[in-house]
Amino acid sequence: MKRLRSLLFTWETLLVLLLLIGCVIGSILSPYFLSGFNLEYALPSNIMEIAIMALPMTMIIIAGEIDLSVASVLGLASVTLGFLWERGNPMWLAIGAALLVGVVAGYLNGLLVTKLALPSLVVTIGTLALYRGLAYVILGDQAVSNFPTAFTNLGFGTIPGTQFPWSVLIFATLVIIFAVILHFSRLGRQLYAMGNNKEAARFSGINVNRIKLILFVLSGGIAALAGIIFTSRFSSARPDNAVGFELDVVTVVLLGGVNIFGGRGSLLGVILAIFILGVLQNALSLVNISGDIQSLAIGLLLIFSVLGPNIARNIQAVIARRRFAVGSSKQA
Amino acid sequence: MTTTSQDVERTRQRSHVNQARLISRVSRVRESGLLIALIFIIIVVGIQAPRFLSVDNFVQILLSVAILAIVAVGETLVVLTRNVDLSVGSMVGFTAFVTAYFFKELPGINLLLGILLGCALGLILGIVNGLIVSFGRVPAIVATLGTLYAYRGLVFITAANTTSQVNASDVPAGYLALATTQILGIPALILIAAIIAIIVGYFLRSSHAGRQLYAIGSNPDAANVIGIRKERLVFGAFAASGLLCGLAGVLWGARYATVDATNATGLELQVIAAVVVGGVNIFGGSGTILGAVLGAIVLGTVENALNILNISQFWLQALYGAAIIGAVVLDALITRWLQRTILARRKKA
Repeated sequence: MKRLRSLLFTWETLLVLLLLIGCVIGSILSPYFLSGFNLEYALPSNIMEIAIMALPMTMIIIAGEIDLSVASVLGLASVTLGFLWERGNPMWLAIGAALLVGVVAGYLNGLLVTKLALPSLVVTIGTLALYRGLAYVILGDQAVSNFPTAFTNLGFGTIPGTQFPWSVLIFATLVIIFAVILHFSRLGRQLYAMGNNKEAARFSGINVNRIKLILFVLSGGIAALAGIIFTSRFSSARPDNAVGFELDVVTVVLLGGVNIFGGRGSLLGVILAIFILGVLQNALSLVNISGDIQSLAIGLLLIFSVLGPNIARNIQAVIARRRFAVGSSKQA
Repeated sequence: MTTTSQDVERTRQRSHVNQARLISRVSRVRESGLLIALIFIIIVVGIQAPRFLSVDNFVQILLSVAILAIVAVGETLVVLTRNVDLSVGSMVGFTAFVTAYFFKELPGINLLLGILLGCALGLILGIVNGLIVSFGRVPAIVATLGTLYAYRGLVFITAANTTSQVNASDVPAGYLALATTQILGIPALILIAAIIAIIVGYFLRSSHAGRQLYAIGSNPDAANVIGIRKERLVFGAFAASGLLCGLAGVLWGARYATVDATNATGLELQVIAAVVVGGVNIFGGSGTILGAVLGAIVLGTVENALNILNISQFWLQALYGAAIIGAVVLDALITRWLQRTILARRKKA
């Protein structure tokens, strides 16, 4: 009984409930919501870049840091890709360069955080502006859109025999890798240890700085990968691609139950949160609510995913205190 | 026996005084360094393009900096407490839009009423931020990242239900005059920014609560122990930031005359750049209003110089980013040097 109750009240159960409620509301709002095309193609393809970037972000936040520059790295990688392709370079070179740009961008973040002991929050606010700015410097107000069909098929096409976009396959592969690292490897345990107590982690022989550097490089590389997917999906490389995506990425990670101060959280929760965000965006889009107004809902979701548990904890504390008071007065 | 311990005590006190002197000297050096950088930029750009050096151009720079400086003053209050307010751009955008729309709908209304409305709206938004951060115990970065988009969403909802854009011809001339009037030959906009900077600067320097803001930022736990009401003060800092954004929004509407739902988007990056370039420590606890205002002036001057030198405006955002990183790295290096120097002195003593 007690076990059942504790299972019922885990964050993940709450998320499943939220997801179901979202689906019910979505299907009431629009008859298209439950259609195969919408659920298999439109909904996942719209959320996949965010979903992919949320994986390293989960690790970074569990380790007690944050990376706010992901959307700008996405934009910079996308612009690099477009710029090189437009200049007549082969596609594989453009893609490789875009990935490299992401890795370098992440490496710079990591260097600033580890070598100078700067808070990642400030560093990545700075590089959020810097990387986006560089994207504007490279392409100005232009857009590159004449990509080869083989490349755009990656974004538009579906996995043969299904209606799922290719990006779902990339995401699924990454989920397995990240889940193994985070939950079944030494590195994963070290991330939790770092998030719980950085000093203690260092004294227990964990190379905290090295791991942090790896995390930021990983985050940059994955953001660049998301940039490539984004570019192929819209067949367009623009400097303002995915502006503001950091909100969505941080929101799904925190909504997924990862503690903002580090040390706690699971990939399962984050994956559920990704689907919740997908359903929310999809349902709002189906009833013609613009992206700017959707951001209002997502911003509130972000705040409540931290505020909610805080309030619940306060209420629990009040109840416990009252119970204690009642108990002690009975004894007297 | 007692004399020796007194001696030890005396040297210890003296070394503490020396430390405080060193730290204050460094922060003064930080500000004068900024001033020197500013003069350097002015000279270099002036040689390249003499028209940069006209009085008229400097007034233009100060005019474009005035609103940024007002917002930066509010941001400084928040950053001093080891928090950050990312929602400033959206708060300015919201109040600018609503105030302009208010004047469009009620052109005959008293000017002061519109100004008060804008300030009150900003204050409310700031209060919401403050409540979430200090009483909801949500980290400022998460709370204000959320409200950055939530408040912007509010502007879009307001615009969707009213008008997509308020034009200069829609609002009474009296409102637009806010940005163009001159008092004693000085543009009102610059005067307002200066008065606010002086008042808040004095408050931070000399008032009880002002000093407590520094205490919270330098050591939140210690501040708690000595009985500083941290929650209230942090709440107050966010509310003040909102209020100043409200005022800045009112002025924004008057200055740019044409406002839509996207106005002041991304302002938060400029504001944070101004604050950290101005030497306000992003870890909280040190920095001055003068520094933040100087930071805003440096950024404004650079922006103006890019314009005059015909360098693409696309460089601007990258520059803000580089300025944030550069300033934070510089501060980290200074802090490291300071700690080493103080430690070495202590060992000698």
